[in-house]
Amino acid sequence: MIFKGKVWKFGDDIDTDAIIPARYLNTSDPKELASHVMEDADKDFPGKVKPGDIIVAGKNFGCGSSREHAPIAIKAAGVQAVVAKSFARIFYRNAFNIGLPIFESPDSDIDEGDELEIDANAGVIKNITKSKEYKAKPIPAFMQELISAGGLIEWTKKKIKG
Amino acid sequence: MTITEKILAAHAGKKEVAPGELINAKVDFLLANDITAPIAISEFKKIGAKDVFDRERIALIPDHFAPQKDIKAAEQCKLLKDFSKEYQLSHYFEIGRMGIEHALLPEQGLVLPGDLIIGADSHTCTYGALGAFSTGVGSTDVAAAMATGECWFKVPESMKFIYFGKLNKWVTGKDLILYTIGDIGVDGALYRAMEFEGETIRALPMHARLTMCNMAIEAGGKSGIIVPDEITEAYVKERAKRPYKFYTSDKDATYVEIKEYDCSKIPPTVSCPHLPSNTKPAAELQDVRIDQVVIGSCTNGRLEDLREAAAVIKGRKVHPDVRMIVIPATQRIYLGAVKEGLVEIFIDAGAVVSTPTCGPCLGGHMGILAKGERALATTNRNFVGRMGHPESEVYLSNPAVAAASAVMGRIAVPDELGL
Repeated sequence: MIFKGKVWKFGDDIDTDAIIPARYLNTSDPKELASHVMEDADKDFPGKVKPGDIIVAGKNFGCGSSREHAPIAIKAAGVQAVVAKSFARIFYRNAFNIGLPIFESPDSDIDEGDELEIDANAGVIKNITKSKEYKAKPIPAFMQELISAGGLIEWTKKKIKG
Repeated sequence: MTITEKILAAHAGKKEVAPGELINAKVDFLLANDITAPIAISEFKKIGAKDVFDRERIALIPDHFAPQKDIKAAEQCKLLKDFSKEYQLSHYFEIGRMGIEHALLPEQGLVLPGDLIIGADSHTCTYGALGAFSTGVGSTDVAAAMATGECWFKVPESMKFIYFGKLNKWVTGKDLILYTIGDIGVDGALYRAMEFEGETIRALPMHARLTMCNMAIEAGGKSGIIVPDEITEAYVKERAKRPYKFYTSDKDATYVEIKEYDCSKIPPTVSCPHLPSNTKPAAELQDVRIDQVVIGSCTNGRLEDLREAAAVIKGRKVHPDVRMIVIPATQRIYLGAVKEGLVEIFIDAGAVVSTPTCGPCLGGHMGILAKGERALATTNRNFVGRMGHPESEVYLSNPAVAAASAVMGRIAVPDELGL
């Protein structure tokens, strides 16, 4: 899979309260959640993010709560993929389970507005704007199995029928 | 092997597991709340399973926006009730019988030593204090586990934290964990199991152990865990409704990193905005004026926490500029606080005492901050906007420091009140 899009840049330790503040968690409707995505990190973000864009962040992206509403809000806002130096572990699980593509790339120097092309199979992130390439950490075999099954629910369905 | 590896191996039907290994393991108990269960329920229905794996081993607890704060929250809570009825779940906790999940389940003896527990709530790591492997997961994980009784895990590396020396006056489990997070950072234990040990931990009462393990997630940890001992046995033996097992770590177990802390050097500690790792000694923050104090949450809403706060505020008054909100974490704790006269002490001081709820901890209800307001809370997170307006601020402390600060109208240590 190839993901090509424009970058929105965030810093380190972007927590789940910044991704989707708890005051909006009295619903799990993806569209409603998307209308507040990243609001407490950048209040204008829900208005300016476009389908196909890519979020790039620093270390420990998605720390804090276990709320699946966080990757759901990002996905429903049309964000194609998230690239971070590292991910908090529950966010990492949740992203795979719901089918939001995420890539760990510790050494990138990507800036806001850069155009990226991510080759998911090769694990290569191309920065078209800067004419550079970065490696994404390989995705464990089991996680690849989850992705090809279409997420944890589809994987579990198959297992039960097994 | 470490205690963590032993519990995971036993639940995966293996003799041994090693860090990094991906396993599928049997789950002893799982839980979700009114924010995470609605997604878990709808995903569970998509799987098409005929039944849940075990109706005795699932807890659905409306505690975050409960008692139901608005129509949308009421609709979410109703989903839990309806699902619990449909599948005849044994552990649905209606308002009046409920409590904050991570205080309630240990109190009720539903989570036990040696268990493997998952919860769709990040503070599920709390139960490591009992010698269980316990970790927060997402709603979809819980949905799959409700159907199969299993969950996938990457075996974490273990990181050991050794505490020695006598605790300073007013220093509690909360200060130890805040100090530790201040030392290693909010991703200092990312993906790792945090194993707490040492002479100070062995002498630490269960409520303080629960507080420490509760905040393992704030260092990025997958779990916090304490090898069970006689304090654990004394806590669980009266409560357990099924057999349990004590695991220990082998002498030659492998740890990716070992940290040692001399507790005589740890003061009452406060986390400043906007990360739990942004810690300072409470005594250095006396210029910080506050508008609200919250004593409660899954971190510090137990009866012992309320006693610590009441001992400080007894016979004193909450500062005129401050609203103080005390939230016993469960109905049993609330009743205990009534019987012991703690509620009277808080009300006499000018504080409000609320029904159990996570409420203000996550900016849900029952004490939300306006723009520019500042709170000192015994809760676990101080991210931007956590307790209300994105331009409000949250500081974190133990209950005694919170109570002293409520009296002074600014961050204070109890010594300032002549205690």
